[in-house]
Amino acid sequence: MASARSEALRETIPLDGSPERRIEGLVDHAKMRAVYVYEAPVRLWHWVTVLAMIALAVTGYLIGKPLSSVGGEASEHYVMGYVRMIHFISGYVFAIGFLGRIYWHIVGNRWSRQLFMPSLFSGKFWGGLVHQLKFYLFLTDEPRAYVAHNPLANLAMFLMFALVGLFMIFTGFALYSEGLGIDSWAGRMFGWVIPLLGQSQDVHSYHRLGMWIMVMFAIIHIYMAFREDILSKQGIVSSMVNGYRYFKD
Amino acid sequence: MADTFYDVMRRQGISRRSFLKFCSLTATSLGLGPAFVPQIVHAMETKPRTPVIWLHGLECTCCTESFIRSAHPLVSDVVLSMISLDYDDTIMAAAGHQAEAILEQTIEKYDGQFVLACEGNPPLNEDGMYCFQGGIPYLEKLKKMADHAAHIIAWGSCASWGCVQAAKPNPTQAVPIHKVLNKPVIKVPGCPPIPEVMTGIVTYLLTFGLPELDRQGRPKMFYSQRIHDKCYRRPHFDAGQFVEKFDDEGARKGYCLYKVGCKGPTTYNACSTTRWNEAVSFPIGSGHGCIGCSEDAFWDKGSFYDRVTDIQPQIESTADRVGGTLAAVTGAAVVAHAAASAIKRARDTKGAKTTEKGGA
Ligand code: HEM
Ligand code: HEM
Ligand code: SF4
Repeated sequence: MASARSEALRETIPLDGSPERRIEGLVDHAKMRAVYVYEAPVRLWHWVTVLAMIALAVTGYLIGKPLSSVGGEASEHYVMGYVRMIHFISGYVFAIGFLGRIYWHIVGNRWSRQLFMPSLFSGKFWGGLVHQLKFYLFLTDEPRAYVAHNPLANLAMFLMFALVGLFMIFTGFALYSEGLGIDSWAGRMFGWVIPLLGQSQDVHSYHRLGMWIMVMFAIIHIYMAFREDILSKQGIVSSMVNGYRYFKD
Repeated sequence: MADTFYDVMRRQGISRRSFLKFCSLTATSLGLGPAFVPQIVHAMETKPRTPVIWLHGLECTCCTESFIRSAHPLVSDVVLSMISLDYDDTIMAAAGHQAEAILEQTIEKYDGQFVLACEGNPPLNEDGMYCFQGGIPYLEKLKKMADHAAHIIAWGSCASWGCVQAAKPNPTQAVPIHKVLNKPVIKVPGCPPIPEVMTGIVTYLLTFGLPELDRQGRPKMFYSQRIHDKCYRRPHFDAGQFVEKFDDEGARKGYCLYKVGCKGPTTYNACSTTRWNEAVSFPIGSGHGCIGCSEDAFWDKGSFYDRVTDIQPQIESTADRVGGTLAAVTGAAVVAHAAASAIKRARDTKGAKTTEKGGA
């Protein structure tokens, strides 16, 4: 019973100097351990990013397919203007948050490094990924415990969030530079993205496609967070709230 | 000594008064202040006249048609007197061998000094046989002239991007001229380009030299802003007042054409400022969205009447159709997976209860 799982646990949880504490008498699991995984800046960043992305996806969708027309004088309304303004403000929040998260990759704990640098060159990572796939396809009953992301989640976060997020920032600021002018700071820094992808219309299309990829990520991510929380023997959602991951051993 | 521009113009019967008027008009159309007028006058009076050779590859001649309709008749007269003397298949007097000989003479006399203006583009398929002139493929003619030219202008979307003959599936393999030349090219895209923009660029080039170009080789003075940035319907865009379909109430009120596919927000050109036909109107002014004719591969971007257009050329579908479908499939898969997980859990806990010790 305690075989494979606790072995995996021992492998993935460093029992050395990392902040870890025993929680006695919580619920009815006598032996429950908690590891401090996500430090406050990561948690703050996570929820700020969630809010920014909701705003970006909603306003972004409306930029391509605007709301129904309003009547009256043009001077009385600023509907499209506000939609775009909210998009740009959230875009800045998203981008600055992203930069902050990169900074935390450097100064944060070991788990803060998974998002941008999954261990793509380790056999163990890919073995774990295959195992996780099998687990989700109900081909194996043996869950494995990881302190931070499991390899499959890690890869999805790297590809669908980190890389696509970077793509959204580059294409987003390239489009933004079109309004500021080609000699603006944004034009000089991001203007090259437009000819690289074809022309402005292509950048719009790819930026929009990027949104859908991030929406897909969010659907899977939220589902998995709750599913693991309910079905696995480790607390997941709490880790993004108070930072601790609980292992119900 | 070679003639100056001014000498040539005078010989063409253009008065001093008209000449000065032309110089101030040119300064205005180039966005230069009155202080630049004397500079243009001086350049025209002192600089030896440089010939302009105008080549035609695969094209429809709309660039030439546009050029000779430059709004102010004076401008076209003056500019034509500067350039038509030399070589332009469509409007020159010479023909046949006599015409081709002009090219040789120009290379001999003005090697490295003349301006090469290229309308249309070379097809590469079948060794360039789809455009054959004077016994040689256009590709060869173009390359040869380009080797000896001081400046190269790509007129229109054909020479700049490829345009309709390079649209999918591009049977002749037509390519924009910068793909076959190893010299910098000044791109003046548009189908056709705006006549005032064309004459403005020629004049600038002949008097001041190379204008400032953007990343893709377009003169900044005419191509640094989008139609949308200077569109007179822009207040309706910001307000959220759109033509929902042609002939509706919004269309009558002159609302923004974004929802009926206006490509103004993604098109770099000067139409919304210079307009067309002596500044009478431009497509948006006439109630139709911009189709983006000065943008790369505008034929291949899907509908002219949608804003969210096809992702081209690999995927002939919009981001919303592709992404929306993927997201819907993801959602369905998540629901199915959740259901399967719940069933499995129910079964496992039942199993665990019966064996008492099995659960993990
Ligand atoms: C998660 C990140 C983002 C998402 C999901 C997103 C989504 C979208 C969508 C769907 C569009 C509409 C495209 C169209 O159909 O034309 C759009 C447009 C745009 N986005 Fe974003 N975006 C994101 C990040 C950013 C960032 C970081 C910026 C930078 C400021 C930005 C700036 C813009 C601009 C300037 C436009 C064009 C607005 C216009 O044409 O009026 N976006 N975005
Ligand atoms: C737009 C929506 C969301 C996005 C883009 C998003 C993005 C991310 C990213 C990039 C990470 C990795 C963090 C890191 O390694 O630094 C993460 C982790 C996490 N997120 Fe979200 N998130 C979203 C919504 C949510 C929601 C609604 C929840 C709550 C249920 C949630 C719970 C978590 C948890 C628990 C983790 C840690 C997962 C693990 O360790 O495997 N997220 N999220
Ligand atoms: S009509 Fe076209 S260019 Fe003018 S404001 Fe509307 S979208 Fe922009």
